[in-house]
Amino acid sequence: MPLGIFAFFATLAVISALGVILQRSPVHSLLALIVTLLCVAALMIGLDALAVGLLQAIVYVGAIVVLFLFVIWLLNLERDPEESGRLGIKLLAAVGAAALVGELTAFLTRTHMSQQTVNSDYGSMAQLAGLIFGNYLIAFEVTSLLLLVAVVGVVAVARRWPSPRLANRPPTLSAKPQT
Amino acid sequence: MQALGPLILSWRSVLAPGIVALTAVVTMLVGSGLSEDESESVGWIALTGLVAAAIASLAASGDHIVTFGGSLIIDDYTAFFYLLIPVCSAVVVLFSFDYVAALGLPATEYYALLLFATTGMMLMAGAGDLIVMFLGLETMSISAYVMAAMAQRDPKSSEAGLKYFLLGAFSTGFLLYGIALLYGATGSIKLEAVAQMVRKHSIALSPFVLLGLGLILVGFGFKVAAAPFHVWTPDAYEGAPTSVTALMAVGIKLGAFAGFIRVLLIYLAPLHAQWSGVLWALAALSMTVGNLAALAQENIKRMLAYSAIAHAGYILVGMTAGRSEVGPALLYYLLGYAFANLGAFAVLVAVEQAQQSGTKLDDLSGLARNHPMLAAAMALFMLSLMGMPPLAGFVGKFYIFSVALESRYVWLVIIATLNSVVSAYYYARVIVAMYMREGAERQAQTRQPTLLFALAVAALATVIIGLLPHPYISASSAAYASAEQVLRPATAALQTK
Amino acid sequence: MTPINYYLGLGALLFAIGTVGVLIRRNLIVVFMSIELMLNAVNLTFIALGRAMGSADGQVIVFFVMIVAGVEAAVGLGIILAAFRNRLTVNADEFNLLRW
Repeated sequence: MPLGIFAFFATLAVISALGVILQRSPVHSLLALIVTLLCVAALMIGLDALAVGLLQAIVYVGAIVVLFLFVIWLLNLERDPEESGRLGIKLLAAVGAAALVGELTAFLTRTHMSQQTVNSDYGSMAQLAGLIFGNYLIAFEVTSLLLLVAVVGVVAVARRWPSPRLANRPPTLSAKPQT
Repeated sequence: MQALGPLILSWRSVLAPGIVALTAVVTMLVGSGLSEDESESVGWIALTGLVAAAIASLAASGDHIVTFGGSLIIDDYTAFFYLLIPVCSAVVVLFSFDYVAALGLPATEYYALLLFATTGMMLMAGAGDLIVMFLGLETMSISAYVMAAMAQRDPKSSEAGLKYFLLGAFSTGFLLYGIALLYGATGSIKLEAVAQMVRKHSIALSPFVLLGLGLILVGFGFKVAAAPFHVWTPDAYEGAPTSVTALMAVGIKLGAFAGFIRVLLIYLAPLHAQWSGVLWALAALSMTVGNLAALAQENIKRMLAYSAIAHAGYILVGMTAGRSEVGPALLYYLLGYAFANLGAFAVLVAVEQAQQSGTKLDDLSGLARNHPMLAAAMALFMLSLMGMPPLAGFVGKFYIFSVALESRYVWLVIIATLNSVVSAYYYARVIVAMYMREGAERQAQTRQPTLLFALAVAALATVIIGLLPHPYISASSAAYASAEQVLRPATAALQTK
Repeated sequence: MTPINYYLGLGALLFAIGTVGVLIRRNLIVVFMSIELMLNAVNLTFIALGRAMGSADGQVIVFFVMIVAGVEAAVGLGIILAAFRNRLTVNADEFNLLRW
């Protein structure tokens, strides 16, 4: 990817990322997040990771962000109330940010890393599939378990209490039932 | 595609976790066909699967073999945890039966998630590359987040799940970034390849490796609840249903430490000089924060949470020493810790049900008169956690501290010993409350054979592992030695040079 | 060609922004978005490092991380929903039944 195009997407990604954490309204944060995610997808494609870049756009923007949007609407969240400024937390955040910026400079001052030339099939679906069903077979199978966990977990935690059997139980064992 | 040697597909490495995962699926299928009142019996399916998996762990024992292109490792270390983790989960299932019904938790989902979490823990112990370890960690953590939040109508439970989830997901980011940097420095996420690269001095000290190591320490620090990454622990432990807290305090710790010890002590051993200082600080801080905060707690679940932080600190003392002699001590310590904690939570579950009460210290007053058996068992577990000879907790602590002392970590051992003394106070408080304080006369009695059986298993294990430590120490030594086999060829090659 | 270091730097910067977001925001949903931002920064780092070495392993890892992020999003939003139902708030400061 030429430097100019990289600079464009990188700047846009950083600005929109700041938008995610600085805007008051959750929906605006979410819109900023979409821009960041798409910029990162573009940068991935620029790094010859075409399949993963497209997946990034489809999975994140198409599924995860929609899920966020759905929850925001479901909870009917508008603007946040005035952010309560807790000095300790903010200070901690500042120190953390400083440490991470330090890390950043450690990267940039390191010796120049160049991109190697790669075959034309680099990052193709076929190559990824070869790896996934080869060396990463176990990891792939574990992800199927993870998806099952997600299905069962969401049902368990987000479902409303269905049965009348539970309706007249006290919420905890120590709370006395109301008579 | 790179040639990484032949792809060994071995049923031996996947048998035990596979059985647990399949049992989870069977549990869901059977449970969905049952009515809500019947569904509690799926616990028996879960129990059968866990016992089968514990037996199947034998398949994973033997010499060190890397299977599935480096994803899973077969050796005695893996087999040790493949045996221990399902046994601990089975004990949790045993004391969950009536508790799940009493709290009105959805039984099918409860047992399915418990089995999925167990699979994740086992994968962490057997993982041979960082991505399988990460996925195992996520499987166990995400199941645990949900289980903590499961008692929906108790606002404390969903709050516990929420805090556990947010901080857990936050720490995941750090762990993953650490893995990324290590990948960048060494060109692989296979632990063996990472270890080979790290042994070269030029790479070992690159900023990539050091930053990656630091971030991985942060990520694991969160998972094992080491201070200062412990803030979620007391809230999550207190708010979650007690049986889930037991799983968090025992199973999750076992899985996380199994992975942590293997990565750090075996594969990243050449970087000992770099990480021992950080671990020193984590250990000292965890012990001190855990024990001092536990002194002030009135809720026993919260107190046990701080005690879990302190115990993570003791284990980190051993890890700081980093010598291969300390490996068996750590495994032995985990063994004693697991059963004493399981027992303590089983007693709490029994008390909550028998007295329809909470888990405050006051709720235990007079327990010795109302339920002498429960009180005696609780006293035993508290004494073991305190480190009273001749119980398992004492032998483990003594073992770890003596190895740390041999490695000349004198100050750390002094801090640890002082902390042990402090901890005696809050464990003793529980015993005093049970035996010397008058409680309200409580009539309700519940006789639950499964819960009593779970208590008996935990109590017997705590006593036997402490009184006759030799078979367990030699098993731990064999387990650790077989995990270390991976280092032998390289060391031999260095010596011949 | 853009040097790989620039991509790594961008990844670190996005990760830092995400971390700060988690620490300073009190709205749980925005906190969670910041966590997604952190995971995304890691994904970019993996891709860049894989490209620097000419190996596709980095991309496969990103594939798995995306699944994890999706699972976390589903479960996490479910838990937030359950907590909201009990307390009618998504402000982290108001979750104080258990001492934070």
